[in-house]
Amino acid sequence: MRKKAHVMALFSNFDEAFAAVAEIRYYRIPGLSVDDVNVISPIEHPEIEEFLGERESHVPKFTLMGALFGMSFGFFFLCTAQANFLVQPQGGKPVVPLPSNIVLTYEMLILFGVIATITGFMIGAQLFKKRDGLYSESVSLDQVGIELHVEEKYLEPLKQLFNEHKALEIREAVA
Amino acid sequence: MSKGIPEDYSKDINEDIHWAKINEDVLRSMENPRMGYWIAVGVSLFLLSFAVIAEIYQYNTGMGPSNLNWPHMWDLYIATFVFWIGMSHSGTLLSAILHIIKADWRKPIYRFAEAMTTFSLMTAGLFPIIHLGRLWNMYWVIPYYSDRGIWPNFRSPLVWDAFAITTYLTSSALFLFVGMIPDLAICRDNAKGWRKKLYTALSLGWRGDDRQWRNFRKTYLLMACFLIPLAVSVHSIVSADFAMSIMPGWHVTTFPPYFVAGALYSGCAAIITLFILLRYFFRFEEYMTIAILEKTCKLTFAISMVWTYLLFVEFAATWYGPDMVDKELLIAKFTGPYSPLFILMVFLGSVLPFTLAVEKLRRNIPVMFAVSLLLNVGMWLERYMIVTPTLSMSYEPFSHNVMWPSWVEWFILLGSFGWFGLLFLVFVKIFPSVSMYEVKEMIFHRRHLANKEIAAVMHRRLDEVEKKPSTSTTEPGLEGA
Repeated sequence: MRKKAHVMALFSNFDEAFAAVAEIRYYRIPGLSVDDVNVISPIEHPEIEEFLGERESHVPKFTLMGALFGMSFGFFFLCTAQANFLVQPQGGKPVVPLPSNIVLTYEMLILFGVIATITGFMIGAQLFKKRDGLYSESVSLDQVGIELHVEEKYLEPLKQLFNEHKALEIREAVA
Repeated sequence: MSKGIPEDYSKDINEDIHWAKINEDVLRSMENPRMGYWIAVGVSLFLLSFAVIAEIYQYNTGMGPSNLNWPHMWDLYIATFVFWIGMSHSGTLLSAILHIIKADWRKPIYRFAEAMTTFSLMTAGLFPIIHLGRLWNMYWVIPYYSDRGIWPNFRSPLVWDAFAITTYLTSSALFLFVGMIPDLAICRDNAKGWRKKLYTALSLGWRGDDRQWRNFRKTYLLMACFLIPLAVSVHSIVSADFAMSIMPGWHVTTFPPYFVAGALYSGCAAIITLFILLRYFFRFEEYMTIAILEKTCKLTFAISMVWTYLLFVEFAATWYGPDMVDKELLIAKFTGPYSPLFILMVFLGSVLPFTLAVEKLRRNIPVMFAVSLLLNVGMWLERYMIVTPTLSMSYEPFSHNVMWPSWVEWFILLGSFGWFGLLFLVFVKIFPSVSMYEVKEMIFHRRHLANKEIAAVMHRRLDEVEKKPSTSTTEPGLEGA
């Protein structure tokens, strides 16, 4: 089984980091594409998708499902509660009044929409994943990291490429 | 701003601040505030003790000492409840609306506005419970399925309130938390001891990779989209507590927008107050700049004019309407026993905000501090003037009765400011009150993207690399394009 190396290079700015990403895209290391590149940064670069390509986020799907669930749950919760209480004086009004139920259904739509959005975020962003040994605290300060998992034989050319782009530090771990 | 260097009023932020300095300044603020911070904590505790004493007395004696009696079943407690709900709208306005319209000047100040939202709601939520008198039955205010003899009336706006406020509190607290995650990771990377443990748990393993940022951006935007209609619905529902009754002065069509405008207004005024306090307590002169204060003041002025318009529309509708009792109530507001308070409210709410339109005054911090406090006095009076005069002068003349709040009510009102202040001050001491990553983004945008040359260099470099001939690949194991 071929050994895989986990590499992270730290750069002082986005310019150098993105230039290095562009080189990786150009060289096309076998089995390695720009999709394997992770950029770790203190902020999200506004044009990062131009460099890394469009990457999907499933959060909106969670939001939609949560909102739909909240809407139906809210409405049926109220309907069953109201239908369970027929002795309440209705004053000529329906047992299940739509106008007032719309207000509460709307609130439940939002509540469950928000909760599902957060759930989608936690799953999509892999938040609870344990941070590996390569994580550098300087990324939360002012440096930009490029992280890849490559086969060990490509490690040296990759390090050379990073050095050409003035990498401040290269961290590696072989699994 | 360094001592002796005059502040540049044209810039929202100094674009030359290093990212490392932003971390350093904000993290230091959590360790080493000015003495004023501790004085504020002391004042908050002192005020809170008033409420504790009053509530213990009220609990043991019953609701009598609060002067709440028919026809004044709602009074200062409910007026203050509406006031605190209104205050909570600041976070939504400053954070969600300005986020969606990409107004980046919000970035250094939105965090504390969001915290204000959460803590205002937590304060507001206490008032229906205090108002109940029987605290042991407080779970009755929570939406409850028709069981065990509770039988909530889902057609009542009071039940809608419970739904709306629960949703708003949950959503705004989650919005605040999600927006803080990247900053909590910064705190984690720099903290020691109990703080390190706390931030490690709360940052949820954030490392700042592009997957996390991508999902974060979507999440934050979606939550902002939910929060805006939610905030509008919450205060509309609170207004429905009044407007859906047939009481004179309450049964008004314009109440929902009037309440929402009032809420945004008091929230903005409170943002100015806390802006000035935090700027002083934590030496945030470089982040909470006069230019940002001016923008907040202009926004507050605009909202105050919307509120003024809706106030006068309400007067006009009553004056030209067919309801004589309503008209008598309006006249009584201007001439009756509550008239000094009513006229003061109109002055503070509609005339005083013109100081926000004067550039020289806007740049004067002590003046703006005083104005922002007075605006909120006006907004509290507005809520009091909605609740009390109507109850004092209803349809039945035999029920006409003037009532003034008792010391118990005043003490609990003062204590609510202490409670809010304490929650807020503890929050800003433990969590970063300026969003570090958003300030970095703001600086990055303004410094790099506004500079077209730098942007062009970045794009040119990418293009040049992609156009390289494939024969240039010489590294072993690497293929040409």
